[in-house]
Amino acid sequence: MFSTAGLHFDYSFFWNSLVHPSTAFLQGLETTVYLAVIAQALATIIGLFLALARRSRIAPVRAFVWFYTWIFRGTPLLIQLVIVYDGLAAAGIYSFNNISIGSFVIPSVVQAAIVTFTLNEAAYMGEIIRAALNAVDPGQFEAAMSTGMSPGQAMRLVVVPQAVRFVVPPLGNDFNAMMKNTSLASVIGVSEMFLVTQEINSSTFNTFEIYTVAAIYYLALTTVWGFIQSAIERRIDRRWGIARPRRSWSSWASSWGRRRVATVGAAAAPEDQAIPQGLGTLRERRGFPRL
Amino acid sequence: MSNRSSAPADLPVGAMFERNSARRGEGAARSPAPDAIVDASDVHKRFGSLEVLKGVSLTVARGEVVVLIGASGSGKTTFLRCINHFERIDRGQIFVNGRLIGYRTDARGRLVEERAKTIARQRAEIGFVFQHFNLYPNRSALENVTLGPRKVRKMPREQADELGRRLLRRVGLESKVDVHPAQLSGGQKQRVAIARALAMQPKLILFDEPTSALDPEMIGEVLAVMRDLAKEGMTMVVVSHEMGFAREVADRVVMMDDGVIVEEGPPAQIFDRPAHERTQSFLAKLL
Repeated sequence: MFSTAGLHFDYSFFWNSLVHPSTAFLQGLETTVYLAVIAQALATIIGLFLALARRSRIAPVRAFVWFYTWIFRGTPLLIQLVIVYDGLAAAGIYSFNNISIGSFVIPSVVQAAIVTFTLNEAAYMGEIIRAALNAVDPGQFEAAMSTGMSPGQAMRLVVVPQAVRFVVPPLGNDFNAMMKNTSLASVIGVSEMFLVTQEINSSTFNTFEIYTVAAIYYLALTTVWGFIQSAIERRIDRRWGIARPRRSWSSWASSWGRRRVATVGAAAAPEDQAIPQGLGTLRERRGFPRL
Repeated sequence: MSNRSSAPADLPVGAMFERNSARRGEGAARSPAPDAIVDASDVHKRFGSLEVLKGVSLTVARGEVVVLIGASGSGKTTFLRCINHFERIDRGQIFVNGRLIGYRTDARGRLVEERAKTIARQRAEIGFVFQHFNLYPNRSALENVTLGPRKVRKMPREQADELGRRLLRRVGLESKVDVHPAQLSGGQKQRVAIARALAMQPKLILFDEPTSALDPEMIGEVLAVMRDLAKEGMTMVVVSHEMGFAREVADRVVMMDDGVIVEEGPPAQIFDRPAHERTQSFLAKLL
């Protein structure tokens, strides 16, 4: 009764698209990456200022940050994109124009996308950095002040560098989401990976194949980022004098579901390596038993 | 406390922090005792509805070691924190090294809080050693010691490193120069913290229960460093439950209870012949 006539997977098209992607697709990939990287970098900087402003003595400054965060976290990114690119232009407030730097052209849509992703992500980064600053023991600030530092110096030289450790994991999470969310920029016509994929689809009708290829490329991006993120985290741990061993095969295996046997005794921290207070994630790294 | 009335008059005049100093009947100028490193008078502090300090007056002479004792909640730590203006005070005044700390007198003779930068400059002269060490976990022992001199005193790195190594040697940690706090024992951490305080060449060091967070076998090494400092003539105010240390090293023991000083005197007097009933019961509980 089942017809196989409808089942068609063009394996050679799939394989060819995966291994030898078109120039257009590669350009789309490049746009995706640089959109995400630039927006995340700018958002992190703005987020730091938002987090510090949230601690301001001046009430209207704190109120502004609250309002900003409320708006950008409370409305869909897709709508923000359309408002920034189409809405502002339609209302005659601002319209983006192509900017050329030498032979390099930044299209208006890309500018709008960068601005929107930055403003949106800054609201989240502000909250992440605020939480990270709060996670640094207040005793650190006092210790810095006790050596004669001004409050500004104490923040800059002591508190903020320590907050970095608490920022990286959630930032990694957000950047992972950012790379995938850039696909929303297709609605205003940014030729990033998703829009290019759509175009390939409408000219070949190999829908399943080409979207699977795109999914694999997004997965590759987030996977590479995952490795970069763990490298950053290991590096910070070294700065804190906390050695984190490279993961052995058995620990990978156990995170894939193999049962651990009697890890409690073996995983206990050596007596002379005190675990600093307030660093909950270290427990996992030292291999506490799974619950 | 005795030289107060004869002290030079060029120092800030004694308007109280509160607005109506005249009404409080302290019309006369109030200046610091000339030899005192710390001269605190009538210090009041409340946290919300809880009055923690109810008028504490204490002078500490140059080179003197004063140990504050008393039950928890008696206000010892809060008073210590007021001395370097970690806490604002509600009434009274504290002079450190002849200068009013944290406040200045405005044109109308009222006390107003100093600018943050000025307070920072004042704090640079006062070392502080914390109960929980508060070492910078992302920096090596040497960096912990040298950060203050480099950033506050603008000392060149080589000179600061030189100073840092010398101080770490002095607290017996020359082998731990490049080690991070996570790899140090509690006693070692506290010795690095003392070296960090010394690096600013303070005129006074405040110790807030420096051995309370330590395992018993590590208390000795920290107290030994403090004993050496006392011998070298460092002015120290120590909040401590180490009665043995107090008896041996203190020039004066100050007993606080319920936000006031109930008794003070040489250790032999306080420990062997406590006059006040609160001191007697406090010491009795420790034995």
